[in-house]
Amino acid sequence: MIHTDILIIGAGPVGMFTVFEAGLLKLRCHLIDALPQAGGQCSEIYPKKPIYDIPAYPEVLAGDLIDNLAAQIKPFEPSYTLGERAETIEKQEDGDFIVTTNRGTKHKAPVVFIAGGLGSFEPRKPPIENIASYEDNGVEYIIRDPEFYRNKRVVISGGGDSALDWSIFLADVASEVSLVHRRNDFRGALDSVEKVVELSKQGKINLITEAEVKEIHGEGHVNSVTIKHKSEGNIVKECDHFIPLFGLSPKLGPIGNWGLDIEKNAIKVNNSLDYSTNIPGVYAIGDVNTYPGKLKLILCGFHEATIAVQYAYKLINPDKKYVMKYTTVGGVEGFDGTKKVAKKSEVIKINIEPEVPVLEI
Amino acid sequence: MSDITIHIKDREGKQHQVLAPTDMAMNLMEVVRSYELAAEGTIGVCGGMAMCASCQCYITSDHDIPEMGDDEDIMLAEAFHVEDNSRLGCQIPITEHLDGLIVELAPE
Repeated sequence: MIHTDILIIGAGPVGMFTVFEAGLLKLRCHLIDALPQAGGQCSEIYPKKPIYDIPAYPEVLAGDLIDNLAAQIKPFEPSYTLGERAETIEKQEDGDFIVTTNRGTKHKAPVVFIAGGLGSFEPRKPPIENIASYEDNGVEYIIRDPEFYRNKRVVISGGGDSALDWSIFLADVASEVSLVHRRNDFRGALDSVEKVVELSKQGKINLITEAEVKEIHGEGHVNSVTIKHKSEGNIVKECDHFIPLFGLSPKLGPIGNWGLDIEKNAIKVNNSLDYSTNIPGVYAIGDVNTYPGKLKLILCGFHEATIAVQYAYKLINPDKKYVMKYTTVGGVEGFDGTKKVAKKSEVIKINIEPEVPVLEI
Repeated sequence: MSDITIHIKDREGKQHQVLAPTDMAMNLMEVVRSYELAAEGTIGVCGGMAMCASCQCYITSDHDIPEMGDDEDIMLAEAFHVEDNSRLGCQIPITEHLDGLIVELAPE
């Protein structure tokens, strides 16, 4: 069981900044994210895109914004549960919440901040009629352990980096690898594309372009797929596994079943006060929340995090007095023992005897 | 500058006739969102960077649409339900000569 003061669901920019504001109030944070790395959409979807509306940054790459946030919150020693999706929330008799992930990791905290953006990133599933019935029976959207495919016949579909990289990797593991892509060109890194073409020439990857997997067959487990080729028509390909790799897209997911007020795929909060949800002790900040006039902007999420943390403090420390302190005054004292503080201004005394005016009477 | 009229068939098959301003640097995806013709969170997920295909639509009138850029082409290569007339709404700026445009939103 992981114990913390504020449990943050979603390690995007807003969740990360919460760690800073909470740290100023001596509150410790733990973050859960379904992605294997922090940064949310900024890292996963558009790390190389410039953002122009972060105050005081005329231009910053999304990836750099995340790197800077990581540096900013480092003194407050955030801990993470990455690659796991928050699945359930339970209120305990002592008032704390227990949040459990899809992998069974349990987290206990008096306050939960949902900074889930548009939801957790999940694999995009191709629209093949019976695909759901083959999930974990030969259809996998994520490769967890490549050894699983040793000496198996594998069909991979997709045209991006992960489809290319896994085709290359599995070429030495699986007994047969087919890569199916709708186009003749690939958008992956040049090295990967060249390697796939080379392996294809060596007969190690069966490259099927201008084609799409349309059907899956097999009794209880995949034993073949039908590939529709642009000019050659349908091809039935025998295989043990079909791995569609079409990237990830965000889904609100299990949070939608936590009893929170949901409107337009977002969590309703009280924006006139504290960004609290209808569940006392649970706050929602950033793109995941909604209220009249809501703007899904990183800068708005930073504001929401700052306000909500003040109320979380009061909830955790009902009898403790506190007033907000400027970092220019109080500095930043990390949990790691570091302390950043403004330099004291230098005072230089001038030791010159003042001239005594002679008074004429 | 004046508004233009766009005909949009939503994902449930319902027809809408909407007015879109040509002087607000809007794109087709944003027009759909401004009229709430698709549920929030199911369209414009990436914000309009041609990186998610959630705004895919089919252009059914013969308007002269700006040519597809590489980003859009690459994204559509990975999208589902793609047809010959598929485009990403976020890559179609609203301009005066799109008056009368007829589009259909692709399935989610």
